[in-house]
Amino acid sequence: MATTKPLLAALMAAGLLVACSSTDENAAATGAGGAAGLGGAGGLGSGTVRPGSQEDLVANVGDRVFFDTDRSSIRADQRTVLERQARWLGQYPQVQVMVEGHADERGTREYNLALGQRRANAARDVLVASGASGARVQTISYGKDRPDALGSSEEAWAQNRRAVTVVR
Amino acid sequence: MSINRRQLLAAAGATPLLSASAALAQGGTVIDITRARTDPIPIAIPDMAGGPLGAQISRVIANNLRSSGLFRPVERAAFIQSPDAAAATPRFQDWRVIGAVALVTGRVQQGGDGLRVEFRLWDVLPEQQALGTAYNASASNWRRIAHIISDDIYKRMLGEDGYFNTRVAYVSETGPRDRRVRRLAIMDQDGENHAFLTDGRFQALSPRFHPNAQQIAFMSYERNEPRVWLFNLQSGRQEPLGSFGGMTLSPRFSPDGRSVVLSAIRGGDANIFVVDLASRRERQLTAAAGLDVSPCFSPDGSQIVFNSDRGGDQQLYVMDAGGGGARRISFGNGRYATPVWSPRGDLIAFTRIARGQFAIGVMRPDGSGERILSEGWAMESPTFAPNGRVLMFYRESQARDARGGGYSARLASIDIAGFNERPIPTPTDATEPSWSPLLG
Repeated sequence: MATTKPLLAALMAAGLLVACSSTDENAAATGAGGAAGLGGAGGLGSGTVRPGSQEDLVANVGDRVFFDTDRSSIRADQRTVLERQARWLGQYPQVQVMVEGHADERGTREYNLALGQRRANAARDVLVASGASGARVQTISYGKDRPDALGSSEEAWAQNRRAVTVVR
Repeated sequence: MSINRRQLLAAAGATPLLSASAALAQGGTVIDITRARTDPIPIAIPDMAGGPLGAQISRVIANNLRSSGLFRPVERAAFIQSPDAAAATPRFQDWRVIGAVALVTGRVQQGGDGLRVEFRLWDVLPEQQALGTAYNASASNWRRIAHIISDDIYKRMLGEDGYFNTRVAYVSETGPRDRRVRRLAIMDQDGENHAFLTDGRFQALSPRFHPNAQQIAFMSYERNEPRVWLFNLQSGRQEPLGSFGGMTLSPRFSPDGRSVVLSAIRGGDANIFVVDLASRRERQLTAAAGLDVSPCFSPDGSQIVFNSDRGGDQQLYVMDAGGGGARRISFGNGRYATPVWSPRGDLIAFTRIARGQFAIGVMRPDGSGERILSEGWAMESPTFAPNGRVLMFYRESQARDARGGGYSARLASIDIAGFNERPIPTPTDATEPSWSPLLG
């Protein structure tokens, strides 16, 4: 996945990649929001990651899936992340999550709000189909209004077309 | 707030007809607005007599008329007759030789908290008064009076209603792009009298004026539940509209002001609903698979244009206001979005995304006659001035680097003939403008 390359390079440059307990491409992509997770999982940081926390989800499971342009179907290469999330939710029955749907900047605000919601719903549907209780999974859309990558490039847009699972 | 208006007798006793051109002398207008481009009308606007407030009023009028692209205020340095003398008795020869076709004079009198503004519009060539009106109001309303006079001049010379006595609501944006604070803001159409309506604790998007200009529908993220809310401009009170279980977005009032059409998401689809404001009862208008968003009524209330990806990618559709009969109207290259019907009924403005560029354009309600007015990296969300002659929208600039440097979002306006694009000043980044109807 092309979009993870800059991030992988950055992590390697910083000598942090070994900190990722899971080295598949999806987990690497989640590293952007998981500084605490990197520290905890690899023992580089001061504390340990609390099981069932957001940091745990980011570091050990992967908190997000990515979508194709204007699409909200879960890609085959992303489904395993959601299945792992469902198993993880099964380990921590007290955890409630919000799935946040997002879009890239190359659409209108209103359409992207609807698109982000459809993406969040699609991710939730896989979580539920994989065994998570629907009552524990809320959804919300931010459309194009909360980008993760701030550039105006194909790589940034691919990173922003996402559904992120957030512990509430 | 009250502004009283009284006609002034024509000083020269002549028929109040401006004959800047032969057409106008016949009761017609100077400008054929269907023409793509036209020479702006040279008009002299010396400072009104009566002190600093007179000068300020004249400058607001000049700025309004200049911003339309249809008038050219004559350089003050060229004036021969003094403004005070002109306010008493215009020496038409002095205004004719500097190229003015029309002359605006006036006098301001202040007493206590009250304000009296007399203004006259003169037709320089036949040396006749075309308009004469006196306004009485409280002094704090001097800008409103200047906008009303601007609309008087616009209508007298162009034969159609103006749009200067209006306000614009929009989304004010501050902070880094991944943590933007988005607040509703409101201002006069020229950027003055700016105020924030919401405090930024919850993201607020998509403000849309009620036809009485006293209420705004918008989308609020309060309680982390993105829903359509109503904002009362007189009381400042906010309340959610209806009790939808999922996200609601893209509200617009019906032309009679009695209902709101919006998009609601249930399951995987977004559909168009109309909510009656009195009963709060909702009615579903579309049920096709896909995302139906951004609905907008025709000005006669009989039809609704909206944006749907039911056919694969985003296109514009028109249906009956009761639902049903949806037919696609956009067939050009690219994706089409954010349709908005002109208050005149003759055009639908839209955003088009094609070949990596965004554009603002207009087409007839049957989809014919598509014209692109402005094109660039990113722009969207057109809103019509109440006379249907000018569009406001927002432009975004491309981020230069991976940290988002160089990104900005600003308002702009453009004549529907595709000329006179100009930035609208706002104190912060700005998106999603909504133009109010003419204020009373």
